[in-house]
Amino acid sequence: MFEATDLNIRQKKIEWLVRVLFLVMAIFLIAPVLTILAVLIHRGGPMISMEFLFGDPLNGMTAGGIFPALAGTIWLVAVALLVSIPVGISCAIYLSEYAPENWLTRMINLAIINLAGVPSIVHALFGVGAFVYFFRFGTSILAASLTLAIMSLPVVIVATLESLQAVPQAFREACWNMGATRWQTIRLVVLPNSTSGILTGTILEISRTAGETAPIMFTGAAMFLPFLPQSVFDQTMALSLHLYTVSTQIPDVPEALPYGVALVLIGLIIGMNALSIGFRMYLRGKKKW
Amino acid sequence: MEADQLGFDWFVDKAFQVIFFIGGISAIVFIFGIFIFVASEGLDFLLNEFNAAEFFLSQRWMPTSINNPTFGALALLIGTASVTGLAMLVAVPFSLGAAIYIGEFATGKTREVLKVLVELLAVIPSVVWGFIGLSIMNPLIIQLFDVSIGLNVLNAGIILGLMAAPIMTTIAEDAMKAVPDTYREAAEAMGATRWQVIYKVVIPAGKNGLIAAVLLGIGRAFGETMAVLMATGHAINIPTSVFDSVRALTATIAAELGEAPVGSDHYGALFTLGIVLFIITFLINLTADLFIRGARER
Repeated sequence: MFEATDLNIRQKKIEWLVRVLFLVMAIFLIAPVLTILAVLIHRGGPMISMEFLFGDPLNGMTAGGIFPALAGTIWLVAVALLVSIPVGISCAIYLSEYAPENWLTRMINLAIINLAGVPSIVHALFGVGAFVYFFRFGTSILAASLTLAIMSLPVVIVATLESLQAVPQAFREACWNMGATRWQTIRLVVLPNSTSGILTGTILEISRTAGETAPIMFTGAAMFLPFLPQSVFDQTMALSLHLYTVSTQIPDVPEALPYGVALVLIGLIIGMNALSIGFRMYLRGKKKW
Repeated sequence: MEADQLGFDWFVDKAFQVIFFIGGISAIVFIFGIFIFVASEGLDFLLNEFNAAEFFLSQRWMPTSINNPTFGALALLIGTASVTGLAMLVAVPFSLGAAIYIGEFATGKTREVLKVLVELLAVIPSVVWGFIGLSIMNPLIIQLFDVSIGLNVLNAGIILGLMAAPIMTTIAEDAMKAVPDTYREAAEAMGATRWQVIYKVVIPAGKNGLIAAVLLGIGRAFGETMAVLMATGHAINIPTSVFDSVRALTATIAAELGEAPVGSDHYGALFTLGIVLFIITFLINLTADLFIRGARER
């Protein structure tokens, strides 16, 4: 019979200790988020009502609802998507279907990493210099959305690239062998087999873009503007900036109000993420290869 | 075959190839565009008013003074460094620990749930973190440590640590996953315990990826804007303890850009801060990328 030596027992103990230590570390990262969500729901939950979601801010934003901010966020995100989705997808198609292994491809990859890594406030400076003044869009939804689009481009590219690369090479080869051109192969084989992955990336991008504050602060979002934008050349309120405004710029705001705004913002973003994660799991179950 | 090659499909194919190529190089165009636009707005200030000794060695940031505006960014640089430093003290051990647990110990459902929860950290927007700093952490710090103000290095450091943790955890886990299983099996065959495998085999083999994870975390914390604007106290100050308020580079731009007249020295100085931020994050990302490639090529 095998009998545990002292060394075995000691190692078992160390093993157990290390395991618990790392588990505790993981829990220490996760616990704050769950606490924060609980506090937001507890304090902000009572604020949520039809009047809050669909009413205008009143009394210098110390009362009333958040509708102009909510609608503004939707405007900003929608216009940003119109730009970043086509550009992002074509960049991903180039990298996945065309790009040879050379210095240019390496430069493109490096540029994507840096677009994701440049601080949001630098994107804001770029938006001000390029879109507000150089292209003379003024502080407008257009300028803010273009800034957001460039900032969130890496999210679209990375998600799309992943789903394009998941399409087996044999599918493409089969199509080429039938005499199809590269573009026909992309349109008839590669894209149909990766639409769902691209959609997941799009949802993820919406959730990223909706929460951004710094890039829109000086390019198109206004602190107070109690009517809805009519075109992309108007300024607009936005949920994220509204949270900053009511929690730092305005005195005598009722304590629950900013919690309510934060809860709506977080709810929107987590809802989008849950959708994206659920979609991913559903697709994984459906995959045929 | 000549006629066939120049048919309609051939032209369509070429047209789309060009479109996708333009899409491909757009990322390069944008990153150059960012640098050129930020640098050109700051250029006038850089050439005429910029004084390197003052900028890097003086802590007098008084851009709106009428008689004698000064642009000393030392306190801002130290403010950013102190908050980022504390954030790393918090985030590096916990993220690597969490990555080791998720990658090497957890299995099946537990692993999936832990991964989703860590990703949840990354989902919370910067401005909500800032609000949490103001409304939850601030009173908590005042109560726990009996200090007069809770908006300080400690507050922002913890928040930034939590914000930088998900990217570090994810990249570190990827780095460990990239270590071939045969390495682990060889060590286990020699009688090594799970911890010995991690400590003696996985960590040394995945070292480059782990370094990249830490670098990307630093980059994330360093460039954060709204959260540090709201949680640091935004006071120009060289901190002597974690309970001192500070002001960060990013936060200064966010707070002052709105009131700086276009083309003024103040406006140019803020864009110069932007150039500094751009260059530092560029270098951090470049180094991280080199480490990741180094890890992959081995």
